[in-house]
Amino acid sequence: MSYTPVAPIVTARLGYDDSYTLERAVATGAYTGLRHALTQTPEAVQDNVKLAVLQGRGGAGFPAGNKWGLLPAGKFPRWLVVNGDESEPGTYKDRILMERDPHQVVEGALICAYAIRASQAFIYVRGEMALAQERMAQAVNDAYANGYAGKSILGSEWSMDVTLTWGAGAYIVGDETGLLESLSGRRGMPLPKPPYFPAAIGLYGDPTIVNNVETVSNLPWIVLNGGEAYSALGVEKSHGTRMFAVSGHVKRPGVFEVELGKLSFRDLFYDERLCGGIRDDRRLKAFIPGGGSAPWFYEEHLDLPLDPSVIGPAGSMLGSGAIVVMDETTDMVRAAWRLVRFFANESCGKCTPCREGCAWMQNIYERIMAGHGRVEDLALLEDVGSNISPGVYPGAGAHPGDPAIPFPPKQTTICVLGPSAVAPVTSSLRRFRDEYLAYIDGTKAPTIGTGSR
Amino acid sequence: MSRLSPERVALAQEIMGRFPVPRSALVPLVHLAQEQDGYVAEDAMEHIAELIGCTPAEVYGTATFYEMFKFHPCGKYVVSICTNIACLLLGADELLEHAERSLGVRAGATTEDGTITLEDVECIAACTLAPCIQVNYRYFANQTPESFDALMADVRGGKLDAEVPPHGLLARVRPHIDPAKWAGTGTAPPPTAERFPGPALTESDRADIQGAKTQGAGTQGAKTQGASRRRR
Repeated sequence: MSYTPVAPIVTARLGYDDSYTLERAVATGAYTGLRHALTQTPEAVQDNVKLAVLQGRGGAGFPAGNKWGLLPAGKFPRWLVVNGDESEPGTYKDRILMERDPHQVVEGALICAYAIRASQAFIYVRGEMALAQERMAQAVNDAYANGYAGKSILGSEWSMDVTLTWGAGAYIVGDETGLLESLSGRRGMPLPKPPYFPAAIGLYGDPTIVNNVETVSNLPWIVLNGGEAYSALGVEKSHGTRMFAVSGHVKRPGVFEVELGKLSFRDLFYDERLCGGIRDDRRLKAFIPGGGSAPWFYEEHLDLPLDPSVIGPAGSMLGSGAIVVMDETTDMVRAAWRLVRFFANESCGKCTPCREGCAWMQNIYERIMAGHGRVEDLALLEDVGSNISPGVYPGAGAHPGDPAIPFPPKQTTICVLGPSAVAPVTSSLRRFRDEYLAYIDGTKAPTIGTGSR
Repeated sequence: MSRLSPERVALAQEIMGRFPVPRSALVPLVHLAQEQDGYVAEDAMEHIAELIGCTPAEVYGTATFYEMFKFHPCGKYVVSICTNIACLLLGADELLEHAERSLGVRAGATTEDGTITLEDVECIAACTLAPCIQVNYRYFANQTPESFDALMADVRGGKLDAEVPPHGLLARVRPHIDPAKWAGTGTAPPPTAERFPGPALTESDRADIQGAKTQGAGTQGAKTQGASRRRR
């Protein structure tokens, strides 16, 4: 495979320094998509998005058009919530979109609200993103002042209120039911689903659509250029372009918008126009293909295409488009511990297997890294993991060539946070068992509890 | 320390007015309280409970779920060092250790002069700028121990005051909507066909859209042209 750049869709405006201002946005075509949408019926807009096969960009990848179709007919009020509570380790595409092109987010939210006949749209921005909140607030204020939002949008008879709100630091609020709880003024703890999905019973018990910031940012382009043009991009089962945030041990980390399925991880990491290779030309040891929740990939997966339909059977996911690259110098036990510690910190505490399991896994890790580990601890880690996610956890094999167990995992918890904490444990244990054993038998010096961290 | 000031009560009413259900404003209102005192005071939580019509325990119970809310006075500047995976790979642990030594406090504590609260935080969504830190939720990228010390000197010297507001004030731009433009769609009766009329624009609007579409919206030029026609 080789990389051929395509015209960007959601990042088209980012080249301008003042891309976040109303003047620049309007001069480069912002709100044209909304204008066009308003000449059609909401159903026509929805059909267009179904044709585009726009898969949700938040992580689960459920097609947006189909999600909208789950709304019970004739039931009002119904709400649109745009999820900008991006907190997955490694991910920051939504922050870029909200900071640099907030009008595109507002326009996308309005198009979505029109298509689903929403009663009101809410945009929820993560608490820690102060600049994104400022830019979004300015964009919403400007949109109201210039007739793009509020009463009689663009002189039509259609009115829609857009309410900006923000969180206060909780990873789990990125889950759609957790987000709706937070938006209702409660602790952001996820709710069981099924039986009821937010499309049927969501915010205030009414039908609700929750879409990611990047998902709605695609809508203006789709409305203007047609669903077929969008689905023509990408490959058979994965359409359009996607933003990938590559971080860690690469020479040029950054966010890249690329066509889905048309390039491989190797292209992404080594192409001079993209990441430009591994830092100091070292060897790749492992990489996380889809944010902290995803099982890890190794060198033999470099040639897989960036296509969710291929990544799933290979044992992982593209998730939120966050790719973390680890070179040969990385301490895999420490890397896994850090992710486990993250999930233990962020567990909302609702489901016992996750609340207790993540914390115990963290404790076991700290014991091993402090030099007090036992060989049985490795089996214990797997056992705790299988209480959160029963059965063999998905992922690539212990050795190159071993069969992969397809993603997604089973779970004993309401949301996927618990199983996510198992991903780094099994990924590192299967492949780098000797690194754990080195801590345990004392050939590697303890790295915590020694006065340093 | 105190209940919300009259100006903040007015702001709180404005925020609540943008939701169909007042309780939805709980998190933004607690932010207002934190903005006033630098932390979330008990009296302020009681006041918020009165405003949104729930019990103080519900406000406290909800607010404590969120990590950004502090329930004890903290420094004027909260310095958050990310130690999650991407920053860890590029030396965040060493940076945190240095920060603890140079500030003389452990993560979670406030310096003796009450200026700086040091925090060890999870991913703050700036992974390509690793190791990255935030000062009152403003980003400072690619930190080294040396640049960290220089930054702290600037913070203490007040050199960043234009860029970084005191702890508690998140966004300096507030959503503010002219009541005349607020449509009230969230509390309006169920929408009917009349509220979603479909074609509702003038012929010239449609010509513009057609123009933008057929000329290929992918090109900047076509978009600019269409937009300038409309603006005249």
